Amino acid sequence: MTPLSLGKDLVGLEHLSAEQLRLILDTAEHFKEVSERPIKKVPALRGKTIVNLFFEASTRTRISFEFAEKRLSADTVNVATSGSSISKGETLVDTARNLEAMRIDMVVIRHHASGSAEFLGKRIGSNVINAGDGKHEHPTQGLLDILTLRDRFGKIEGLKVAICGDVLHSRVARSNIWGLKKLGAEVAVCGPHSLMPRSIGELGVEMIPRIDDAIAWADALNVLRLQLERMTSGFIPSLREYNRVFGVTRERLERAKKDVVIMHPGPMNRGVEIDSDVADGPFSLILPQVTNGVAVRMAVLYLLAGGTPEPQQTGGNE
Amino acid sequence: MPSRSTLLDERAIARALTRMASELLEQCHGTTDVILVGIQRRGVELAQRLAKLVEGLEGRPIPTGKLDITLYRDDLQAVGPRPVIGETHLPSDLDGRTVVIVDDVLYTGRTIRAALDELADFGRPQRILLCVLVDRGGRELPIQPDIVGLRQSTGPRERVDVLVQELDGRDAVELVRSDP
Repeated sequence: MTPLSLGKDLVGLEHLSAEQLRLILDTAEHFKEVSERPIKKVPALRGKTIVNLFFEASTRTRISFEFAEKRLSADTVNVATSGSSISKGETLVDTARNLEAMRIDMVVIRHHASGSAEFLGKRIGSNVINAGDGKHEHPTQGLLDILTLRDRFGKIEGLKVAICGDVLHSRVARSNIWGLKKLGAEVAVCGPHSLMPRSIGELGVEMIPRIDDAIAWADALNVLRLQLERMTSGFIPSLREYNRVFGVTRERLERAKKDVVIMHPGPMNRGVEIDSDVADGPFSLILPQVTNGVAVRMAVLYLLAGGTPEPQQTGGNE
Repeated sequence: MPSRSTLLDERAIARALTRMASELLEQCHGTTDVILVGIQRRGVELAQRLAKLVEGLEGRPIPTGKLDITLYRDDLQAVGPRPVIGETHLPSDLDGRTVVIVDDVLYTGRTIRAALDELADFGRPQRILLCVLVDRGGRELPIQPDIVGLRQSTGPRERVDVLVQELDGRDAVELVRSDP
């Protein structure tokens, strides 16, 4: 067995192999149980210091990372843009180098610029985990979506996944597409032409123009959040029209497969990209996604904190 | 090439386990509130076999769990490879019960130290016993077994491999001697 490693940083899923993806998912599978224990904590990352560096607002992802870090016994510090030197114009690298001078081990970064996580990873010695960089990738979201699908369907290979909505601006879409394709899923995208990247064919996914067709085709729908500022910047005429043409509604789901599942990375715009009775309905996996998020992040933290896994030995011998 | 010699064959393992099951019942005064917990990986198989033997003797099933101690290892902080994690599942609450830890080989005692720490995070057992198929000596911590299949002292270049049908295709305990 060749020892597998994720390398120093987790920047995205684009450059991970199927084996590396499976290593993370299989490790996450075991970390789920830790959150069900009476004492939800294991000493695996004791003595490690992790900085959560969030240049963009985030509730779910930041809290999920923080839970993951604390359940592994790491010490954590949260740095948000407001109230820190970042608002005084300090550059990303200066901020990170100053943090490193205080002897940290890992940085979890969310930043509005695509490529910022990779940029940082190349300049500091600590492990860097991308928690969303601009329109590029959000790898732990992609991983938790894939884990949630694998839990439900038993496998990813051959699964038909439709990613619906604002694919152009979505780092969640990109991480999902790269991760799912590597594990053998068929991926299609559906949304307004104005919100589709021109190079969508290069990602190896099909474009389904009508939401009804996407719903009829898919085993799973991953409904993306419509950033409300897209309307003011002219990508879509109105939220009401968006809901009418692309909204995932209960009526539309009547044409779906019997065991279709609905996912959403949150936060939801109820009544825009997804209706409340779908989000809260029997097909929704939205809350299991959140639960899996903690397990996936624990797995990534654990795997990055070391090097490669040991080959399995026969005897215990300790 | 390392040389291998057999310490216990399939029948010898079966006999040792039968005796260990009887000792276990004796030391636990029956099966009331007793839980067997196998340490991943081969301890899990051995715990299941002991549970079957105990059930055969007492006519009552005995709850069996599995414990993966990886996240409690004392060498995890050292920079290096990240071990693959196995499943942890305990059949019930541990408070007030007798927990019998089952492992294949007892050597430095560090695995058992980790197991004791991990069990403490699950509850407060009334008593914890240690049951191992092979005690190969070489302890680095003050930990001793209560029930032992075979005592075999080993040198620094020797290793004891326990093979089980479920994972390795055959049952055997082998002494492996590597070249100097």
